Amino acid sequence: MTEVAIIGVGLHPFGRFGDKSPMTMAAEAIQLALADADLSWRDIQFGVGGSHTVTNPNAVSSLVGLSGIPFTDVFNACATSASAIQVAADAIRAGRANVALAFGMDKHPRGAFTGDPGNLGLPRWYGENGQYITTKFFGMKANRYCHDHGISPLTLARVAAKNYRNGARNPSAFRRQPLSEEEILASPMVNYPLTQYMFCAPDEGAAAAVLCRADLADRYTSTPILVRATEIRSRTYGAYEVHASYAAIDEDDPPTVHASQAAFESAGIEPGDVDVIQLQDTEAGAEVIAMAEAGFCAHGDQEKLLADGATEIDGPMPVNTDGGLIANGEPIGASGLRQVHELVRQLRGVAGDRQVPGDPRVGFAQVYGAPGTAAATILSR
Amino acid sequence: MPRMLAPDISTWPADDPQLIGSRCSDCGATTFPAQALCPRCSGATMTDLLLPRRGTLVAWTTQGFLPGPPYAGSETAETFQPFGMGLVQLGDVIKVEGRLTEGDPDKLRFGMEVELTMRPLYTDDDGDEVLMFAFAPVAGTGSSDA
Repeated sequence: MTEVAIIGVGLHPFGRFGDKSPMTMAAEAIQLALADADLSWRDIQFGVGGSHTVTNPNAVSSLVGLSGIPFTDVFNACATSASAIQVAADAIRAGRANVALAFGMDKHPRGAFTGDPGNLGLPRWYGENGQYITTKFFGMKANRYCHDHGISPLTLARVAAKNYRNGARNPSAFRRQPLSEEEILASPMVNYPLTQYMFCAPDEGAAAAVLCRADLADRYTSTPILVRATEIRSRTYGAYEVHASYAAIDEDDPPTVHASQAAFESAGIEPGDVDVIQLQDTEAGAEVIAMAEAGFCAHGDQEKLLADGATEIDGPMPVNTDGGLIANGEPIGASGLRQVHELVRQLRGVAGDRQVPGDPRVGFAQVYGAPGTAAATILSR
Repeated sequence: MPRMLAPDISTWPADDPQLIGSRCSDCGATTFPAQALCPRCSGATMTDLLLPRRGTLVAWTTQGFLPGPPYAGSETAETFQPFGMGLVQLGDVIKVEGRLTEGDPDKLRFGMEVELTMRPLYTDDDGDEVLMFAFAPVAGTGSSDA
C-alpha cells in the first residue's frame, strides 16, 4: 500500500481570541503548515476540513485560494481530526492526490458542552433530567476506575500538574500557569473525584497538516514523518460509554482499546516501541485510564508510574508533552491535529524546551469522545 | 396532580413502579428505555421488560454544577445543590444510569443497595409536580466497601 508522510504542520494557538473567527485561525494554521512544507496553497491537490462549530470548513478556500480542488468536510466529535487525517491519507493511498491537506478548527463558548440529546439517539428526558452531561460520565468512569484499580486523588492531581507544567513550556498553550497538586485537589469539585483544575475547557484554535506520498516526501523535507496507522473505532454493545441511559451486564472493552490494538497491529509496532505519547486528557482520570486502555501499562500501574514521574517529558513514557487538553483546552475539530503537530515536532527533534530526549522515533496519539468514538494514530520517522 | 416527565418509561402510577426496558427475543440483550432494534444483534424482536426495582451501585459521581439546557430541574444557580449520579445494576438484567437521591460523596459507596423512587424534578405551569425516576439508598444496607 502507498505510504503516506506528513511534510508540514501548522498550529494557531489554542485559547480565547475575542472576535477572531475560527476560519481566520484555520487560514493561519494552513499557511504555517504550507510554509513548514515549503509549499504554497496551489500545491494542495485534496483538502479535508474538520469542525464542530463551522458548518463548511472548506469555505477557508476563500481566504487561502479558490483553487477548485476536491474538498471534503468531516465531523466526528473528538475524533474529527483523526477522520480528517484518515480521509486525506486515504485519498493519497487511493491515488486521488499526491499532496493533501488536513485541518481542523473550532471556537466554543465557555463552559461544558450541552445540546439536544436527541442528536445522539437519546430520549429528551435524558437531558431534562440532568443526565446529558459529558463531564458526569468522566466522573463516573474515573471514580469507578480509581476504586477498582487503586488510583488515588493525588495521582489524578499529578497528571493535571504535569500537563500544566508542560503547558507552561508551550507558547501555543491556553493555560500556561503551573498549578501544584495541592491547588488542583483544593479546586471546586466538579464531578467526584474530579475537581475543576483536573478538567480541560472547550476553547478556540486551529491546526493543519500537509500530507504527501511518502516516496515523494524527500522533495519537500529532510524529515518526513510517516503516518503508520490511523484507526477509528466506535462503541460496541457492552462498552460503558459517554451519553448512555444504560449499560449491559457483561462489559466489553471501550473503543480506545479496539482502536489502539488495531493501530498497533496495522503499523507492526508495539506499545513499548513508542517514544512520545499523546492521550485524550479530557480530565486527569481519562489520561490515567487511556495509558492502560491504549496498552502502555497494566491497569493500576499508573499509581506508581505517576509517582515515579514516568510520564514526564524526561521520563520513560512521556505523555502529553505539550500540555494535552488540560493545558491547551479543546477546540474539538482541531484537538487531534494539535496532538499530531506536537508529535511531528517531537519526532523531528525541534520541540524546543519540551523536547523529549533520546532521539524519539515513534509517536502515538489517542482521542476519545461522544458518543463513544476513539481513534489511535501512530507516526514514525 | 403529579405527573411523570416520561410516562412511557415506567409503570408509575402503579404501586411499586418499575422501569420499562426491552429484551431481544433472539439474543437476550437488554435496553433501557425500550427500543425497536437490538443493539447487539440488530434483530427486530424486542419485547418490553419490567426491570427490577432494586439493585447495587456499580459506578457513581456527583454533579457539581447546574446542567445547561434542556435541563428541566427547578433549581437556579443560587439554589443548586450537587446531586448524585449513578450506574445501578438491577439484578443480572441490566445497568441503568440514573440520578441518586443522595449527593454526598461521603454517603455513597460502591456496591451499596439502592431502590427505584420517583422524585419531583420541577413544577409545571399548572402548578403540578413533574416526577422523574431516581435511585435511593436502601436504609441500613450501606456497603463497607469504601
